[in-house]
Amino acid sequence: MYPSRFRYEAPRSLNEAISLLHDGGDYAKVLAGGQSLVPLMKLRFASPQLVVDINNVPGLDYHRADPDGTLRIGALCRHVHLERSDLLKTTQPTMAAAAPLIADPIVRNRGTLVGSLCHADPQGDWASVVLALGGSVVARGPRGTRAIPLADFVTGPFENVLDPDEIAVEAVIPAAQGTRSGGYLKLERRVGDFATVGVAVALETSGGTVTRAGIALTGVGGSTIGATEAAQALTGRPLSAESIEQAAELTAQAARPRTDHRGSAEYKRHMVRTFVLRLLSRGNTAETAERAA
Amino acid sequence: MTIVYDDHEGQTTDVPVRRIKFTVNGEKKIAEVEPRLLLSHLIRRGLGLTGTHMGCDTTNCGACTVLVDGRPAKSCTMLAVQADGHEISTVEGLATASELHPLQEGFKEEHGLQCGFCTPGMMMAAKALLDENPDPTEEDVRWALSGNLCRCTGYQNIVKSVLWAAAKLRAESTSSAESGS
Repeated sequence: MYPSRFRYEAPRSLNEAISLLHDGGDYAKVLAGGQSLVPLMKLRFASPQLVVDINNVPGLDYHRADPDGTLRIGALCRHVHLERSDLLKTTQPTMAAAAPLIADPIVRNRGTLVGSLCHADPQGDWASVVLALGGSVVARGPRGTRAIPLADFVTGPFENVLDPDEIAVEAVIPAAQGTRSGGYLKLERRVGDFATVGVAVALETSGGTVTRAGIALTGVGGSTIGATEAAQALTGRPLSAESIEQAAELTAQAARPRTDHRGSAEYKRHMVRTFVLRLLSRGNTAETAERAA
Repeated sequence: MTIVYDDHEGQTTDVPVRRIKFTVNGEKKIAEVEPRLLLSHLIRRGLGLTGTHMGCDTTNCGACTVLVDGRPAKSCTMLAVQADGHEISTVEGLATASELHPLQEGFKEEHGLQCGFCTPGMMMAAKALLDENPDPTEEDVRWALSGNLCRCTGYQNIVKSVLWAAAKLRAESTSSAESGS
């Protein structure tokens, strides 16, 4: 399968890339990891007239923490970098749990987190993780730079709010106010398949009280779902069997699964509930152990 | 290398062709390619290296796996132009004129293939693993190959083959270290 014919540019600076997009007319696409864009182009679901390959733009392959703990992930930071990151292992439990579950190990060598967010696939794992963590996408264009909270970034399946001449240059995860805990659980039929159900939980606790909670769902609706009511139910009090049960119930209600070849809607909703229980109970145990120690 | 394009009368504008420089199995190459040419096609048709197989053509099966700067990549999911300035390794680069690579020997010894279609991709993914981790556990091997599908073997013998190769490579590096000292 071949993509349809397009013009290809491989600029060496962001400014050059932005001006190419600006002059590129209506249908230009940015190529980073290419693990979603190239398949879409081969299937002719996407037929851009111009492809701007940013792989030669230096200085975008980073992920690093600011002194205050804010995490920044550059547009060319590959999944494999995040999978092997000690920084994530020690400071970002939800991200560290998700990184080895993205696609398969070969795809992870090339694909990028920022590209996954831009692709806005309802089955995308990173979108749930970043949404649960309250993250945002930084876009740069001819009119300057803006940060867009992930909750506002994705407008529908495969749709984001980037202007045609804007590039998503990094993803930002805000610093934690308390101790981070959480995780990501994904039910998939085999490695590399899209999630039947994916649940991201990100908690911040301080003195035994949950100060911030985020729960987001992959693959159980037309877009990534933020379970805001469930998160609210957890916030401002210690984790307890009761609050965990309540959050699991509210999250299951927030899911909008459809019956398909991966499972029935009932099964998926049940798995959402189960995953929330597992993730939060695990956090609860850690918290208990911490207080006991 | 010649690539022929369809000339759709009246609608064909200039075919945008780019010149790229890259390395394949240690040999420097220059190619002129249309940007929509896939790396897998450059390898198979342009270079005539048909050891790299096209399986699913949808980024699932891993039969087309090659190494790009030492890291496995699905060559059906990369544009050939993206190879510009990079080093590609294919299955043809494993053996020397006189000797099989230990991975190839391993697949032979442990019966790691039946139809053989997935084998080149399996071996390239395994090569990247062993380059990084000479002493992998069975679990390590299974995860490293989890982006490569095999419909024949049930994977058992593939995993054994890779472990066989790992042991042989370790033995070789020990004996060469001993003879060197």
